Amino acid sequence: MISFDGDAGMRLLEELGKANAGQSPAGCMQCGMCAASCPLGSAMEYTPRQLILHTGAGDLDAVLASPTLWMCVACYTCSHRCPRGIELTDLLWPALRDRAMQADHQPPAELQETLQNLFKYGNTLGKSPRQRLDWTKGLDVPVLDLTKDRRPVEVLWLVGCYPSYYPRNQSVARTFARILTRMGVSWGVLGTKEKAVGECDRMFGEEGLFEKLVEENRALLDQQEFDTIVTLDPHAYQALCRYYPRFGAWYPVQHYTTFLANRAAQLQPLIVQPVETTVTYHDNCCLGRRAGQYDQPRALLQLIPGITLTEMARSREDALCCGGGGGGMWLDAHIVAHGGQRLSDERVRQAAATGANTLAVSCPYELARFEDAAKVVGLEGQLRVRDILELLADAMNLQP
Amino acid sequence: MNIAVVLRQVPDLIEPPEVDPSGTKFDLGAATFILNESDDHALEQALLMKEAGGGTITVLAFDFGDVDNTLYTAAAKGADRIVKLLWQEADPPTPHVAAAMLAEAIRPLRPELVLVGVNAHNELDGVLPPFLAQALAFPYVGVIRGVQNGPDPGAVSVRKEFPGAVMAQLQVQLPAVLGILGAEQPPRYVPVSRIRAATKTAQFEETEPSAAVDELPVAVRRLYPPAASGHAEMLTGSADEIAARIMTLLADKGILK
Repeated sequence: MISFDGDAGMRLLEELGKANAGQSPAGCMQCGMCAASCPLGSAMEYTPRQLILHTGAGDLDAVLASPTLWMCVACYTCSHRCPRGIELTDLLWPALRDRAMQADHQPPAELQETLQNLFKYGNTLGKSPRQRLDWTKGLDVPVLDLTKDRRPVEVLWLVGCYPSYYPRNQSVARTFARILTRMGVSWGVLGTKEKAVGECDRMFGEEGLFEKLVEENRALLDQQEFDTIVTLDPHAYQALCRYYPRFGAWYPVQHYTTFLANRAAQLQPLIVQPVETTVTYHDNCCLGRRAGQYDQPRALLQLIPGITLTEMARSREDALCCGGGGGGMWLDAHIVAHGGQRLSDERVRQAAATGANTLAVSCPYELARFEDAAKVVGLEGQLRVRDILELLADAMNLQP
Repeated sequence: MNIAVVLRQVPDLIEPPEVDPSGTKFDLGAATFILNESDDHALEQALLMKEAGGGTITVLAFDFGDVDNTLYTAAAKGADRIVKLLWQEADPPTPHVAAAMLAEAIRPLRPELVLVGVNAHNELDGVLPPFLAQALAFPYVGVIRGVQNGPDPGAVSVRKEFPGAVMAQLQVQLPAVLGILGAEQPPRYVPVSRIRAATKTAQFEETEPSAAVDELPVAVRRLYPPAASGHAEMLTGSADEIAARIMTLLADKGILK
């Protein structure tokens, strides 16, 4: 195990300050807002405030060895509420995780497997790249593979790992394909060449893996001609608009909720039937607290007649995280083993408390997390988890 | 301790294997290759021993599949020397061929210990480690789940697994070849930044093996995917109905009397 000298922690905080558009972590005034706000703070050996305090005070080795390092699920609450504007989620946590791995501390086993999957196969699920188009099986609209038939398109759709491979999300991918086609949008995908955008591994602190994926994706994207990239995954959206430019890779990119909300006038005439249900919407952290896009998903839901939209007590900037970001999809066992809870379990209880019978989401991770959580807490059959795209497809009378 | 570790490339079973038109071997043209799992454990065991008692690790591999990536990863983890055996064939060497050629490359290294995964899923004419031990004229112990230096000089202490998960602690005089089933801890994760750094700094020593090898002692007459001869029965109904059905099935099979 590599050991750091006593000043290494303060040097790290100062380096982060120089690289940071926000404030230096070294300027933390120890107010404790982050510690009190963190949904897993009560289970952490070092709360976010204490991470900064101990890192700067010469305890970097102890911080790097702590299970705390792998408990952040990137909800951005600490960053959002920090009165000093310190980018804890985007900068401090990944930097500490990077230092930990460089010092030979091993990340939790589930996370290692995911990182190796990304390295070997370019996807988080450890699936064959050749199966990336399996989601198109049974699809009743044409799919343009731009790597085989290169031509200008309005939308280059980065399908993402879960929508490409995970059966529950594959149906959402097919739904989006039908919606785009019904709207008359010209769109294409990167087929079996597509790889993960890499946001999750950057948040894991795997900067080398992220750089590798950026290089590989740039090589693909730079060959294509498109008006905008559209993603189903808000994490991929986040990475493309915030982190790729740091490598000189600038692309126009929109999350699907923004893309469709901007085309509401085009979408509305295609809505032909009501969807009678009471819906509460879960603000995912990347689109919400990180990007401030609270209105676009709600605007889409309000296009659908029959829907009654109700809000959870914790919504918009106060929304509770699903627990899946920042590698959280692969950290549940680690978090629970160290005294934390699965945030998705609490979140579905909050959704049910509104009286809604549908929990609407706009992130691929959330379908799996919330459907599991509904089963765990006994809400299966009472609370249905659906992507906004599925509700739109119902209203457009598109094949499920 | 001077340790040699053999790393083999095997077809990645993430892709369903396909039989080639000759019907006697797998079609490797479309296959991707990964490091053999038990060889990964052999490397991890060598790294643990080096960390515990010092020494050098030399990694040897045939130039086949995605070997460069495997070797750069080994360098990033802490391998000191990397020897690549040139190999021009479309298929990987069989265990007999590999043993003869590896022995030729290993002998000048004068290792005290040779670690190699106990088996690989694409081996047909036997497993590599005992053939390698024979070619080197070293003793061999296989199915090892942990190796420690000492306690006597010139020996290692190994945990050998027997059928039924019976474990034995043995002392093995060196030099020796050990067939590793599992290291004392899972193979470590190494950050990609270190692998990328290794691609710029690691040096491969290349060698062209010339050992004469007997013909393959096994000939394949026909290779075909397993044919389904029956199907699973999915039990449905209430928990009580399913439990009753299971009881009946167990009784019918003579398991429950």
